Amino acid sequence: MTHATLERGINALREQIDAPVAAFFNSCVNCGICAEACLFYTESGNPVYTPIHKLEPMRRLWEQEYTLVGRIRKMLGLSKAITDEELREWEELVYDGCSLCGRCSMVCPVGNDITYMLRKMREGMAASGNAPEGLIGATTRAVKLGSPMGVKVVALQAQAKHVKNDTGLEIPFDKEGADYMVLLSSMEIINYPEYLAAIARILDQAGKSWTVSTEAFEATNAGIQIGVSDIARELVSRVVAAAEKLKVKTIVSPECGHAYTAIRWEGPNLIGRPFAFKVRHIVEVLDELRKEGLLKTEGLEEDHLTFHDPCQLVRRGGVVDQPRNLLKMVSQNFSEMEDCGQMNWCCGAGGGVSANERADELRSKAFLRKKSQLDKLNVDTIVTACANCRIQLEEGLEEHEMEIPVVGLTEMIADHLVVKEQSEGGT
Amino acid sequence: MTSAEFLMFARGPMIQVAGFVFALGLLVRLVEILMLGRSENLAEKRGSGFQGGLRTIISRFFPADQNTFKRSAVTVVAGYVFHVGLFFIIFFLTPHIALFKHLVGFSWPALSTPIIDFLTVLALIAMVVLLWRRLTHPLLKFLSTGEDFIAWTVTFLPLLTGYMSYHHLLLPYNWLLGFHIASVALFLVVFPFTKLMHTFTFFLARWYIGSMAGEKGVRQ
Amino acid sequence: MSKDDSLVDVLQRSGVSRRGFLKFCALTASAMALSPAMVPRIAAALEQARRPSVIWMSFQECTGCTESLTRSHSATIENLIFNAISLDYHHTLQAASGEAAEAAREAAMEENWGKYLLVVDGSIPVGNPGFSTIAGISNKDMLLETARGAAAIVAVGTCSAYGGLPHAAPNPTGAVSVADLVTDKPIVNVPGCPPIPVVISGVLTHYLTFGEIPELDELGRPMAFYGQNIHDRCYRRPFYERGQFAETFDDEGAKKGWCLFKLGCKGPVTYNACATVKWNQGTSFPIESGHGCLGCSEPDFWDMGGFYEALSTPLPGFNEAIAYGTAAGAVAGLASGVLASRVKKRAKDQHQTVSVDDLEKGESS
Repeated sequence: MTHATLERGINALREQIDAPVAAFFNSCVNCGICAEACLFYTESGNPVYTPIHKLEPMRRLWEQEYTLVGRIRKMLGLSKAITDEELREWEELVYDGCSLCGRCSMVCPVGNDITYMLRKMREGMAASGNAPEGLIGATTRAVKLGSPMGVKVVALQAQAKHVKNDTGLEIPFDKEGADYMVLLSSMEIINYPEYLAAIARILDQAGKSWTVSTEAFEATNAGIQIGVSDIARELVSRVVAAAEKLKVKTIVSPECGHAYTAIRWEGPNLIGRPFAFKVRHIVEVLDELRKEGLLKTEGLEEDHLTFHDPCQLVRRGGVVDQPRNLLKMVSQNFSEMEDCGQMNWCCGAGGGVSANERADELRSKAFLRKKSQLDKLNVDTIVTACANCRIQLEEGLEEHEMEIPVVGLTEMIADHLVVKEQSEGGT
Repeated sequence: MTSAEFLMFARGPMIQVAGFVFALGLLVRLVEILMLGRSENLAEKRGSGFQGGLRTIISRFFPADQNTFKRSAVTVVAGYVFHVGLFFIIFFLTPHIALFKHLVGFSWPALSTPIIDFLTVLALIAMVVLLWRRLTHPLLKFLSTGEDFIAWTVTFLPLLTGYMSYHHLLLPYNWLLGFHIASVALFLVVFPFTKLMHTFTFFLARWYIGSMAGEKGVRQ
Repeated sequence: MSKDDSLVDVLQRSGVSRRGFLKFCALTASAMALSPAMVPRIAAALEQARRPSVIWMSFQECTGCTESLTRSHSATIENLIFNAISLDYHHTLQAASGEAAEAAREAAMEENWGKYLLVVDGSIPVGNPGFSTIAGISNKDMLLETARGAAAIVAVGTCSAYGGLPHAAPNPTGAVSVADLVTDKPIVNVPGCPPIPVVISGVLTHYLTFGEIPELDELGRPMAFYGQNIHDRCYRRPFYERGQFAETFDDEGAKKGWCLFKLGCKGPVTYNACATVKWNQGTSFPIESGHGCLGCSEPDFWDMGGFYEALSTPLPGFNEAIAYGTAAGAVAGLASGVLASRVKKRAKDQHQTVSVDDLEKGESS
């Protein structure tokens, strides 16, 4: 059995550095504006959480090995080599203190995509054995058991039975040629089983064929979070293989942020070829159905609502308008949060932070930013489209004794579906 | 050495060596970046990477987010004053335009000297504010390295000596103009080896982030 | 006219009234930026001055300086001043030549040893003594010999002050200035190509008045005449401030009298009295007649880049330096890029697939 070494980590970083990374490092002027956009800095006040600082070892490696000046500096002993101790020190910054939320990349005046680099930085950290225990555990479970939370297909099948009982709708497992292959996140299977029922009802009403693969139902990708492309590729390949086997037209990524990034944007690049099928987030699918007139709702929420934008959807995925279009259908008292949309603050638990117990304290501190956003609004219900955000929001609100329920957007839409004649007859 | 000899030396060998080093260093660093390349994006595109890249090159001239702007107001405002000032001073002062004409063969209209003079005062003040921030703000103190102060100094000196030349402060004009050119020579020599490179590479950086965002349909 | 006549006698014989004389003194005082209180002192000094002996030597020169001085041909005050000194040797102006002329020089030197004023125009070739000789004596030898008995030296014109045109690159004659050869005498540089007549006479007046050379700048020029910058005193300066420039010598801007900076005017680095005293009895000066200042009172003005190149342009060679730097940078960048690509390729070749079993550090590392 092989193991992680510093050399493997440095080698991974060497592989990761490309022209954008070089352009970004060349352009940084140490202005500190990225820190002001990072909730780990704003909430802790600790400058070590400055986003660009989290990349310092990688910056030095780039300079030493990919620039003439850096090679000379290294020869003259002016630039010291990366050490294991240093990476160990950086582990907390790279994993606990970053949710890959992408706000820093939005505000950098010179246009540095710091998030892009941090994702690459994690490749070096993981390969050198400097990834957090919690994430290693989740990754190992994802690879070995098929889900980071250890959810097995039997658990899903049990949930399917509940859905059948509640709605009368069969979950179509392993159905070839379906329009949609629905993926789920473990959190949805365990914490929010309503999601599966909601999907079943919506797609049934829309008259779309869909399926869930028993071989690859897990959407989350711990490989992306921990930063190991080899593992991420393996996890994505399972989904791709299942989709190709079932010959589906579209894969539906669930209410989860990074899962969408993993399959939609990184997926084809990980396996090295374009997908033959489409990948859509459930919110995108719902909005498409709305446009086609296949999503019929009735009644409006009486609660005062707001929407928490998941980072990976808005800043890294370009899904901003769709959830708002959908909320308009079912709400009458909707307020936007300050900084909503593209610049919405992260819940504090993304990018693997929630899987890393060591980060709990920092994560709950980071939540203060969300709390202050919510304090200004005085809403009755928070809607979101990411199960991970939802858990963090619920935990954070509970910690601060704020009794605001958090609801998934898909469930809220499902709650307002015009009930079909048939199903009415069945109940 | 008389002031005239010094001026001739500055306008001659000194600026020539500086120009050589600057061009060499600049090219090395730009070629180094571009040659690293990047892999093709295989994901189904939602928008145009080309348009996204161009849009971001422009859009990042303006603050993306009001609240981040507020939190870093001093840096941003002083940064704007200094950069905008420097831009107009470098490219719209008549003597400078004459220099560029000598270099590229064409010229453009200048701004009147009192406007440039005013911008110089603003830029100098803004730079002092930025330096003071760097020396006192905990975040910037933490991030700053020696390079930041070197870059500040070599940028500040041409502004200061240029201002002094125009107003004939302290020394005869020949000395001041000589020092001004010498300070520019220093700036040019230091340029490719420091963060001053961002003057050129920010186009690349914005292009890359913008094209990646454009392909994802993320508005920047 | 006897050598012992004082200046005031000469003036009176020339029909200059005492009022006219005082006017000259006042003009001199103002031109030299002296306090009005100095006017009587100048007058007194000049009245009492015994006409001093002046030896004028011309080396590598074009006679332009002498021409300039003799332009004060009518009864101008400058002319009178020159009648008021005893010009004992000036081989361009004097009737005698050859050995007779040299005899006059030697006689004047002997008679006034330690007291005469030496005026020099033209540079001195040190490359080869044969480049310029007078009566078989090399310029250098004659200068050193004559300088030894001089009370002070006035280097008239840029050639004698700084080497001037003969000194221009590549300086084929090895031309040097007076100050390059003579270091033990007070030297006043009165540069210009040529200098303004009134400036020459003003310097002499000062010497006669105070018995010492005037306050000089770092280039040995009298502050009184060279203390001010042409650009600062130029009547076209407002156009510079407003950004109104003539682009060619016949465009609208040129006709409107706009600033000549872009046409190569060296006014900003030139110190002289042209913009205030002007030429031809205060008629005009080069900029006023539509041509930029050449900077002729500054050392090496021939080598300050093209006369018609704006001052802010670098000297020839800059564009080439940029071009060579760019080419060298492209090559070095490519080399560095190839090196980097190899590092990256090797890293990819050495890639060991990371599995979940590889995420923990090994015991040995």
